[in-house]
This record gives sequence, structure tokens and C-alpha cells, in this order.
Amino acid sequence: MLGYIVRRVLATIPVMAFVALFVFSLLYIAPGDPAVVIAGDQASIEDIERIRTGLGLDRPFLVRFAEWTMQVARGDLGKSMFTNLPVTELIGQRLEPTLSLMVVTLILAVIVAVPIGVIAAWRAGSWLDRGFMAFAVAGFSVPVFVVGYVLAYVFALELDWLPVQGYTPISRGLWPWFENLILPAVALGFVYIALIARITRATMLEVLSQDYVRTARAKGLGENAILFLHALKNAAVPIVTVIGIGVALLIGGAVVTESVFAIPGLGRLTIDAIVRRDYPVIQGIVLMFSFVYVLVNLAVDLVYTLLDPRIRY
Amino acid sequence: MNEQAPHTPAGFAIAPALPDIIPPLRERRGVRGFVWRHPTLSIGLALLVIMLLIAIFAPWLGTTDPTALAPAKRTREPSAEFWFGSDAYGRDVYSRVLFGARISLLVGFSVAILASLSGLLIGLVSGYVRKLDGVVMRCMDGVMSVPPILLAIALMALTRASVENVIMAITIAEFPRVARLVRGVVLSLREQPFVEAAIASGTSTPRIILAHILPNTVAPLSVQATYICGSAMIIESILSFIGAGTPPIIPSWGNIMADGRTLWQVKPYIIFFPAIFLSVTVLAVNLLGDGLRDALDPRMVKRL
Repeated sequence: MLGYIVRRVLATIPVMAFVALFVFSLLYIAPGDPAVVIAGDQASIEDIERIRTGLGLDRPFLVRFAEWTMQVARGDLGKSMFTNLPVTELIGQRLEPTLSLMVVTLILAVIVAVPIGVIAAWRAGSWLDRGFMAFAVAGFSVPVFVVGYVLAYVFALELDWLPVQGYTPISRGLWPWFENLILPAVALGFVYIALIARITRATMLEVLSQDYVRTARAKGLGENAILFLHALKNAAVPIVTVIGIGVALLIGGAVVTESVFAIPGLGRLTIDAIVRRDYPVIQGIVLMFSFVYVLVNLAVDLVYTLLDPRIRY
Repeated sequence: MNEQAPHTPAGFAIAPALPDIIPPLRERRGVRGFVWRHPTLSIGLALLVIMLLIAIFAPWLGTTDPTALAPAKRTREPSAEFWFGSDAYGRDVYSRVLFGARISLLVGFSVAILASLSGLLIGLVSGYVRKLDGVVMRCMDGVMSVPPILLAIALMALTRASVENVIMAITIAEFPRVARLVRGVVLSLREQPFVEAAIASGTSTPRIILAHILPNTVAPLSVQATYICGSAMIIESILSFIGAGTPPIIPSWGNIMADGRTLWQVKPYIIFFPAIFLSVTVLAVNLLGDGLRDALDPRMVKRL
């Protein structure tokens, strides 16, 4: 058990190292010479050269990569080229809205998608099942910002039930915070729900054809107990895997959803950074999100051992 | 049917012939038979062909030049002159949407083909040359641990906005998944008796790969390629929508929606028409993928 956890944690190190190398190369090959930018218009070639040496920009790639890695390990992601503020500070300021959006979406998606998948598998072939699966195909086909606009148009502009745009910090009360997140979370969760519902249905179909399910029915167990206690528990591993993999959808989708609903989170920071070509900020965001994604999937792998005692590597 | 058969011994009766409860299996042929057997695939294919025709014949179907500015006719509601209305610069949304089909389909197909080919190559090498497998797959894991949209955004931030760069960026974000899939197929094929037989009978490695492994990757690969095509079209629209994709001057569906973004509360049609076209096209591709999957792997029917 402990051995498996240790091995699994160690296995993420090469992946993270590759991500770090990739993200570092991003800045390395980025167009524009920082030394020229810092030196200003009046600088001579010697001045630029001096600044370049001063910043260590003239040293080999691997040396700079090693130093940058040490820097990141200490929690320093460099400074924004535009505002000159530390990237970690910029990310910290924008973290709450994005984190709120992603957590609310994740919880909402799991609560909605798993029962949909279970019911669809239970009544496989029925109109209910076909309806759910048609919805799932649609979920994969409509881009997140389109869902966002449709929801905002119907529920905020036409019906006036929910706020159109914006974000309220959680410190200003739970309901105002949640109210602003409902539409963005549903929009962002659309694809995610489709993904989880589909895999839940597929795995449940397989599990429901097993002998122990027939045995449970034969001994007179109620359908609810069969579905949710026996079958779902045994279908859990693929479902949890997809929930973990789908976090990539949440991260990518959050950038766009925030833009539709004017949420001042990391997505907005990303878009502003792209427009200004603020490479250290882009680098910091990509690095942070990738590490989060790797850690989420590490957590998923560790959850396996709780869900399925047979897994012992 | 009930008439007494001759020469029946006394006391015996011949059972009446069974009625035709089940009509004899009659295989439907031709286009109608194909549609009957593969409804999902046919619907997807039909919608996709319609979109292709729209893309090809956009200059003739459109009412005006999609980039023509008409400042006097800004933000008109849909009407006889502007079928889908006009945007903030007085450009005809209908004509722009038709031309937008070209960009989406171009990006979708290009990414699907490029990602499949590069993924196929890497997957074959990784699955067959065991020494390289570990390193190659760790690299693929590394690329896959950057969320695809974020990866495409980061790559686009490095280069100037152009359709080719969008295609490259999305291809880089998508190909590791293909490599993984192909590697998995290759690894399971290597254990198959027919491959072992080929090895035992002295077939050369390139021939085993070309004649035995490659043909068996075609089915899963083509299904994966359609999903990548749909995903690429969505990522292209997202990139364009946030201003990191196709140059704003080119009418792509993402760009049209980006133009309508500031006005969406009062003029929602600027966003909704391209949104409908984009969604229908991606839906068509996804239906095609689902249909292909069911058609190519009969065991999977009724599963996913």
C-alpha cells in the first residue's frame, strides 16, 4: 500500500519535469529580447550586452533551466513584463473566482452526471436512455461559450432569474457568491456532465450484467441498493478516472467561461497576458494549471486503492 | 396448408406448416440499406457533406462580400437584406457565417489528418521499439498533462496569428492522445497469434508493421480522428473567440462571435448564428465518429 503510494508519487516527477522543461522553453523561444526591452530606446549595444550578462541571459539553456527550476521550487515565478508585479501575486489575486467556479462545477457535474449515467444504464434502450445519450452527444458538440451565452440570454436577460455577469467574493455571503456562479458552472459543466454520464453508463452496463448483480436481485435486494451500493461501487474506478481526466476540460473551459460571464479570475488574467504578450504570466499560469492537473490525477490514482482493494501494484 | 396429405397412416396427422412469424432476412442493399443499418453515421455524414458544400460554394451562396464594411448599416436585425443581420461594422453576418465554414472545416480536417499521422508514427515506434517506449511515453504524458486548450493558447501566444499556426498549435495539443491509442493497439497486437506466426516464419519487422500491425490500427484511428476533428473545431473557435486564434480579419465562426461579444445583450443574433453552425458541424463530426465506432466494432454497439 505505502509502496504503491510512494512509487506513484515518484512517477509524477518525470512528468512534472517534462512540463517544467516545456513551459521554460516556451519563454526561452518567445519572440522579443527582454534585455532590449529593459534597456530602453536610448541604450547602446554595449548597454544591452551588459544587461544581458547581468540578467544571466547569455548563459546556456540548461544552466538557465536549472536556475529557473530552483526559482520555481522556491515559489518564485518571475515578474510580469507589463505590471512588474510578481506572477505569484497576480495569480494569487485571481485565484478565488477561478477556484470557486471550478469546484462548484465539479460538484454540480458529479451530482448530475452520475445519476444520469446510472439511470440510463438501468433503463438501457429506453427513451429516457436515448434522451440522456442524445444530450451527451450534444454536450460534446456545443462549445462552452455558446452554452454560456444561451444560458445567460434565457435565464438572465429574458427570465431575469439570475445575474447576467460578474462575480461576488465568498466573503460577501454564500448566496450572492453562489448566485453568480450558477450559470457559469452549468455552462462549464455541460461537456463535463456529458463525459461523466457517458462513462458511467458504459461501466454500469458492464457491471449490471455481472453474476453478483443477478444474485443480489435473486435474494430480493431493492433496485436502489443494487444500483447504488453494489453496482456503482464496482463501476467507480473508470468513473473517477474520467472525473480526473476531465479536469483538463474544466481548466481550459474556465478561461473561456470567465470571459463570457465577466468573472475576474485566472482566465481573464490569461487573456490579458496573451493580448499584451506577457510571457512570464502565461508561463506561470500554464505551469500552475498543469501541476494542478497532474496532482489531481495523482490523487485519482491514490483514490483507486480505496475504491478497489484489488489494486496493488 | 391444412389439406390432408396423402398416404398418411391412420391416427397420424401432419403438423401444419409454421406460419411466417419472422419475415425472411432480406438484406437491404444500396444507399437506403446503408442508411438503415448505420443511421448515426449517415446523419453525421449527410450534415457534414452539407457543411462542406456550404464551405465550397460560399462565394456563390453569400449575398455580399463577407469583409465588405457598410458603416451606415451597422447592427441591423435579420432582414431581407441581411439574412442573419449585420455586425458592428455593417458586415453581413450571413455571408460571414458561410465563409466561416471554410476555416472551421479546414482546421478540423487538417488537425485530424496531421495529428493522426504524427500520432500513428510515434505510436508505432513506441509500441514496437521497446527501448524507446519509456522515454517517448513519458514525453507524451508530459504534453498531455498540459490541458489542451491551455497548451494551444500558450503556443499561439508565441507565434503570430495565422490559420497555419492555429492548425499546428491544436495538432501539438492533440497528437499525444493518438500516439497513446496506437501504442496500446500495437502492444495488444504484438501478442496476437498471427503476429507471432509472422515473426516465427521470419517476416521482416518493417513488413510485420506494414502488413500486420498497420491495417489493424485503421479502425480505432479513424474513429479517434473524427473526435479530434470535432475537438479541433471547438478549440479553433475558442482561440479565435478569446483573440488568440485565426487573424481577426478572416471570418471564422470564432471571430464572428468575438465581434459580437460586446453587443451580445442587445444583438444576440451576431453570436447565435455562427454558434448554431459551429454546433451543428461539430455534432455532425461527432455523430460520424459514433457511427464509425459502432460500424467498425460491432461488439461496442449499445455500450457507449
